[in-house]
Amino acid sequence: MAELTRKKRDFHNVSRGSNVVLNIIAGLFSFICVFPFLFVVIISLTDEKTLATDGYRLFPAKWSLEAYRFVFQSGDTLLRSYGVTILVTVVGTIVSLIMISLYAYAISRKSFRYRRFFSVFAILTMLFNGGMIPTYMVVSQLLGLKDTLWALILPLAMNAFYIMILRTFYSTSVPEAIIESGRIDGAGDFYIFLRIVLPLSLPGLATIGLFSTLGYWNDWFNALLYIENPSLVPLQSMLMRIESSIQFIQQNSANSSISMAALQSIPQDTSRMAMVVLATLPIIFAYPFFQRYFVQGLTVGAVKE
Amino acid sequence: MGAFFKNLLKNKVMLFMVLPGAIWFFFFSYLPLVGTIVAFKQYRFSREGFWASIAKSKWVGWDNFKFLFSTNDAYVITRNTLLYNLAFIFIGLVLSVAMAILLSQLVNKTMAKVYQTGMFLPYFLSWVIVGYFAFSFLSMDRGMFNQILGWFGMEPVQWYSDPKYWPYILIFVSLWKSIGYNSVVYLASIMGIDKSLYEAAMIDGASKWQQVRSITLPMLSPIIIIMTLLAVGRIFYADFGLFYQVPRDSGTLYSVTNVIDTYVYRGLKTTGEIGMSTAAGLYQSVVGFVLVIVSNFVVRKIDKDSALF
Repeated sequence: MAELTRKKRDFHNVSRGSNVVLNIIAGLFSFICVFPFLFVVIISLTDEKTLATDGYRLFPAKWSLEAYRFVFQSGDTLLRSYGVTILVTVVGTIVSLIMISLYAYAISRKSFRYRRFFSVFAILTMLFNGGMIPTYMVVSQLLGLKDTLWALILPLAMNAFYIMILRTFYSTSVPEAIIESGRIDGAGDFYIFLRIVLPLSLPGLATIGLFSTLGYWNDWFNALLYIENPSLVPLQSMLMRIESSIQFIQQNSANSSISMAALQSIPQDTSRMAMVVLATLPIIFAYPFFQRYFVQGLTVGAVKE
Repeated sequence: MGAFFKNLLKNKVMLFMVLPGAIWFFFFSYLPLVGTIVAFKQYRFSREGFWASIAKSKWVGWDNFKFLFSTNDAYVITRNTLLYNLAFIFIGLVLSVAMAILLSQLVNKTMAKVYQTGMFLPYFLSWVIVGYFAFSFLSMDRGMFNQILGWFGMEPVQWYSDPKYWPYILIFVSLWKSIGYNSVVYLASIMGIDKSLYEAAMIDGASKWQQVRSITLPMLSPIIIIMTLLAVGRIFYADFGLFYQVPRDSGTLYSVTNVIDTYVYRGLKTTGEIGMSTAAGLYQSVVGFVLVIVSNFVVRKIDKDSALF
């Protein structure tokens, strides 16, 4: 066994010293990547008064859970934003998976007469786009989606790039012979898609699904453009709006029983950071899992038919 | 004509499958193209809706463009967009390739995985969150940087109103968010390199550095070239979130943080210069389109499989 590990090291040919240096560099960089999140967690757990005198410290003089207590007590707005984000993420991911997987399947079939037309129809959108303002006008004026949840869902639903990734996935992981045998058994195109193709392409679908879940969860731009109604504001966008003042929460909280005196003592800075932590937490927990699929998606996307 | 309908009927299931997506592309991608004619109009909002707004606005020809390019704005936003993207592309390329090679050299693969997981984290966070992260360091009275300056007896810096620091801050934040992600792409291709090449080099007595230089880098060069060219194709598009969230939309910083995307957004939402802003958007799209086509053409020449189309 010792022999074996030695051999491995020899093959690697990295000296012990440089291995240590490389580890330090890589470790330092990944620490820098994670550190800001830890720092924000610490700030959110600091006592508000300590913060006012000391500023943001790595080792605060006094810890406190007050910020989280405040957020959860008067947090109708936060809960609603969470709700909006979860709803939009779930519905959005489902809608976009349905649309993308159908579209990609159709243009991956050689038997589809118009596949070239619809491939180009999708790819062209990667090259031309009307830009922000014309899109805004179509969505808000023509489709009338302003201040509706659809304005958060639909603009992100399709994406030519995901279609290309999935099309490649279908053509590499679903053998033509299986589809043929399904056809011989008398299955229709739709049945084949549902019962044969989809189960075989689950990893591809999962990749696209996770991409779009992340896209919906992190989206704030569409809310910035289309949402004014406070009860439809998603999480990220709410974090933006409270950036300048926590008053947003106070004004929009149904729980307006908080007295003026109580308003004075609201942990402003810390509760803002507590909300950042709460908005990030699901991602932090999910991302090691996400990561695997992202790496897969990156490699799958790189292969073309 | 009859044959056409027969074909439609024969492909009806497939047509039905592309229908939702095709409708989406029509409304969200193709119809806005029609809307770009606003760039040639003096836009007047009409309550009667999209078509009426466009139809009732007066034609002004190239005036919006003339006005845009006669102001200093066009120069500033073009310069910022291009220079920032160039910096992101080249510094990002060097650092992520270096990081990928570094990770591939680590003896302990478990630790390499741990580091990689840490580096990947920023990619998953939204720009709003990243904006808060930046604030925790840069806040005038509480931020960590000013505290550190204080320890050395230096004056605190007004980070959010002094433009001279922002090119560095923005480049740093952008690299911080993207390097982990990009190095995964390169790491994946390093893993794909035939191990026997290294064995052969080692028998010939090549040092690790020589192996990297004459095996890893040459083997990586196609993917490096392709990733770079694709990024060059997108050089006229800036990441709106980076330039809007991280500087907290601070007006005094516009000279170094305004890019085409934020300019167009402000034209729509703040200043109300719809026509001129659409003109800027069209300018972006046209130049962007040319760049994508050119870079894709070059990618095609190098490696047909990696081209987008």
